[in-house]
Amino acid sequence: MTDFTLWDIVRNLLLAGRWTVVLSLIAFVGGAAVGLVLTLLRMGGFKPIRWLIRLYVDVFQGTPLLMQLFLAYFGAAALGFDVSAWTAASLALTLFTSAFLCDIWRGCVEAVPSGQWQASRVLGLNYLQSMRHVILPQALRLAVPPTVGFSVQVIKGTALASVIGFVELTKAGTMLNNAAFAPFTIFALVALGYFILCYPLSRYARYLEKRLYGAGIR
Amino acid sequence: MTLDFSTLLPYSGEIMEGLVTTLWLTVVTTFVGIALAIVVAYVRDLESGIMSRLLGGYVEVVRNTPFIVQLFFLFFGLPALGIPISATVAALVAMILNLGAYTAEILRAGIDSTARGQHEASRALGLSRLQSYRHVVLVPAFSRVYPSLISQCIIVMLGSAVVSQISVFDLTYAANFIQSRNFRGFEVYLVVTLIYLLLAVGMRRSFELVGRRLFAFRQGGSA
Repeated sequence: MTDFTLWDIVRNLLLAGRWTVVLSLIAFVGGAAVGLVLTLLRMGGFKPIRWLIRLYVDVFQGTPLLMQLFLAYFGAAALGFDVSAWTAASLALTLFTSAFLCDIWRGCVEAVPSGQWQASRVLGLNYLQSMRHVILPQALRLAVPPTVGFSVQVIKGTALASVIGFVELTKAGTMLNNAAFAPFTIFALVALGYFILCYPLSRYARYLEKRLYGAGIR
Repeated sequence: MTLDFSTLLPYSGEIMEGLVTTLWLTVVTTFVGIALAIVVAYVRDLESGIMSRLLGGYVEVVRNTPFIVQLFFLFFGLPALGIPISATVAALVAMILNLGAYTAEILRAGIDSTARGQHEASRALGLSRLQSYRHVVLVPAFSRVYPSLISQCIIVMLGSAVVSQISVFDLTYAANFIQSRNFRGFEVYLVVTLIYLLLAVGMRRSFELVGRRLFAFRQGGSA
């Protein structure tokens, strides 16, 4: 029981923390890619696609992330695939992230005044050209602060991967606690680990937001 | 693969029990969490001393750490310090602290956008400090941030799925329980996920209904 020194605990948590960072990056990059495709499709005129994407967003925003993880894990097994906790966690977190980013980015695109659209179309740019040269550059400026802010939710979301057996910071904490039984210290350190990852991002998001609105845009 | 939902039927009692727990946890958290948020926002608005800093620290810690870690910290950490805490109490406290922190931050944004002059004017018109705070600052702030407040309460309800991990018999716990009995994980989780979705939709509707009554004076205004 007393074989664990504080350094043993910290070292093991740091080692497991790598996987929290890696999983967060996978979820964020994957989610951004899927989210971008969904956002572009959603802005196109085809009604059934817009409706389907809206349903996708509502379902992911209206159900617990924990359930999404269970479904990815057990659903794949029911379909006959033997997925690892890695695959299930990456998949569920990527889809979860894509739905939220799609919603955030749609808001940013809609915030660009419609006159900009009309003007660029009148000037002879087609849909993709207007999007690329007129709408997206403006939407991008609005999108950066809430996107950085959402990355905090992604990092915190990876903690739930521990429930399906993915060994990251939180799972390492519970495993260490089973061996060393120092729950107060261990979970305080686990929390500190997340805080160190998340707090700078939160601050940065707030700074970006202040700068954007301070600059008098909208 | 064949889906077989009939194996779920014998377990409708467990699902009901879990649903009731999830519901009452959510209702209590909504009321107490919002009350906590009002106090936090009030104190942080009023002064900028040590109390404000402490509350600011609380808000930042809650917002920048995962709910599951907060839950484990309370449930496993406090008894180790000699403070006994049951799973249900730990779940409730964690949920309330969570909603309180996020809502305090949401409210602050609403309060900041109320012009300072209005507060001063109402004081000059003879309203007491609390009267003025309630009618001139708080209620308009609430009505302004109400949509964000709805979303936050729903997020906390969905997040409550995690309390199953400290064996509180909520909806998710019921799902895990049934899965361990009939080995029909996919079907169970699909049905329970759908129940959560309906809960989220139902919550949004109820909140909107209540909001229309509460903030009726603002209708036609810039709500």
